[in-house]
Amino acid sequence: MFDFLEGYDVLGAFWTTVQLTLLSAVGSLIWGTLLAAMRVSPVPLMRGFGTAYVNIVRNIPLTVIIVFTSIGLADIFRVTLGAADDFEALSFRLSILGFVAYTAAFVCEAIRSGINTVPVGQAEAARAIGLSFTQVLWLIVLPQAFRSVIGPLANVLIALTKNTTVAAAIGVAEAATLMKEMIENEAQTLAIGAVFAFGFVVLTLPTGLFLGWLSKRLAVKR
Amino acid sequence: MSSVLYDAPGPRAKRRNIILSVVFFALLALLAWWIYRALDDKGQLEWALWEPFTESEAWTTYLLPGLGNTLKAAGLSMIIALPLGAFFGIARMSDHRWVRIPAGAVVEFFRAIPVLLLMLFANEFYARSTDVSTDDRPLYAVVTGLVLYNASVLAEIVRAGILALPKGQTEAAQAIGLRKGQTMTNVLLPQAVTAMLPAIVSQLVVIVKDTALGGVMIGFTELLNSRGTLAAFYATVIPSFIVVAIMYIILNFILTSFASWLEGRLRRSKRSTGAVLGAEDVEELNAAEIGGAYGSGASA
Repeated sequence: MFDFLEGYDVLGAFWTTVQLTLLSAVGSLIWGTLLAAMRVSPVPLMRGFGTAYVNIVRNIPLTVIIVFTSIGLADIFRVTLGAADDFEALSFRLSILGFVAYTAAFVCEAIRSGINTVPVGQAEAARAIGLSFTQVLWLIVLPQAFRSVIGPLANVLIALTKNTTVAAAIGVAEAATLMKEMIENEAQTLAIGAVFAFGFVVLTLPTGLFLGWLSKRLAVKR
Repeated sequence: MSSVLYDAPGPRAKRRNIILSVVFFALLALLAWWIYRALDDKGQLEWALWEPFTESEAWTTYLLPGLGNTLKAAGLSMIIALPLGAFFGIARMSDHRWVRIPAGAVVEFFRAIPVLLLMLFANEFYARSTDVSTDDRPLYAVVTGLVLYNASVLAEIVRAGILALPKGQTEAAQAIGLRKGQTMTNVLLPQAVTAMLPAIVSQLVVIVKDTALGGVMIGFTELLNSRGTLAAFYATVIPSFIVVAIMYIILNFILTSFASWLEGRLRRSKRSTGAVLGAEDVEELNAAEIGGAYGSGASA
């Protein structure tokens, strides 16, 4: 029944999807946290930069960004990311760059909304008993903010998992690329569609359930 | 100005903030200079590359028809997805298990799948099983993919909109003897639609952004696809990307502003129940939130 799978590396393609997701997740978490730090900083110029970045990047389609990394960064600016001759590795790395640039805007917003859920009174009380800025941040605000950020961040992670299919636009050999190839060459359209749909359900369902459970468990009851 | 993190700055904090501003400005200037140099190095600032965009031909032949197709696909998808979404959203709240569970399964399934897979599948399906002409097929495929995905997101928006209404609305409707269907169509839905409006407009931004996928992957001649044709004709790569990105930003900015204006207006309105679904709720619903495992706590 599943002989149409023969000759295709479906697991390998999904492994690439997983790699894209995890590497982009780490990158966008770092860059997104930096952006969030700028957006809540007391320096107006940093706040302005953070706001501008988020509003610009969120309104550009991810596809435009991914295609730009290939046609713009690689072809025109000769960005090689340490993989000058290896086309596969280059498009893989370029797509991660694109995902990080795009997803960081959403991570930034998730973290900022997490910080905003901490009541001002918490920080005011902390300052009133004489804690310094770093103490307020590390002991009072961040522990509470982190807990309320898990839910929104889980949403961003799941959206990112689905978004990695856009890498197909620049020929990264991930799930959507393989599905396009298989669906064009094999007769079992429906079965192929079902296999790939199932793959994504398997990737997103446990993540969603686990992180959802975690965010409920850790939520600060107010 | 005071926030959760910092108090109104004193003299020392003011001095530190000024120093940080100067350092950050220097970094930004350095970045800008570096980008300028890179552009200049590759000759991307030459007037010849930018000139096409000052002439009407580039706009009337490539960009505006592309933008038109983007809007057409997005509009069609929204119009078809709305009733479907309303149907599944309401079905999911049915009292009958045999209606509620299948509807829930359909909604969760299509939200868990990347919209690109749906488009690819629809494209191949139309090619093999229908006699849709090759010219129309990309539009059909893009709209089908977007409808399947967005109907399931809209179903969740509808459900959240109805659940956000105060319980008293249902209770009052039942008290005056309305049947379940009447309660839904005469009392809950009209109010929920108002509450959902900002969320629906925000979802339109997601749809507009997703149309670009169809341009690259199945040859639908929307804005991003037209950029490729234009870039090949005028041999202008970076400028074309910048122009197209700005077009998307302006379009989506208008939609986002309209959504938040609606949201603010509805929140202030005295006639409504105060139940509003905003942009933040939409973001949450777009990530497959399977089985409603989490949600309310996150956006509070």
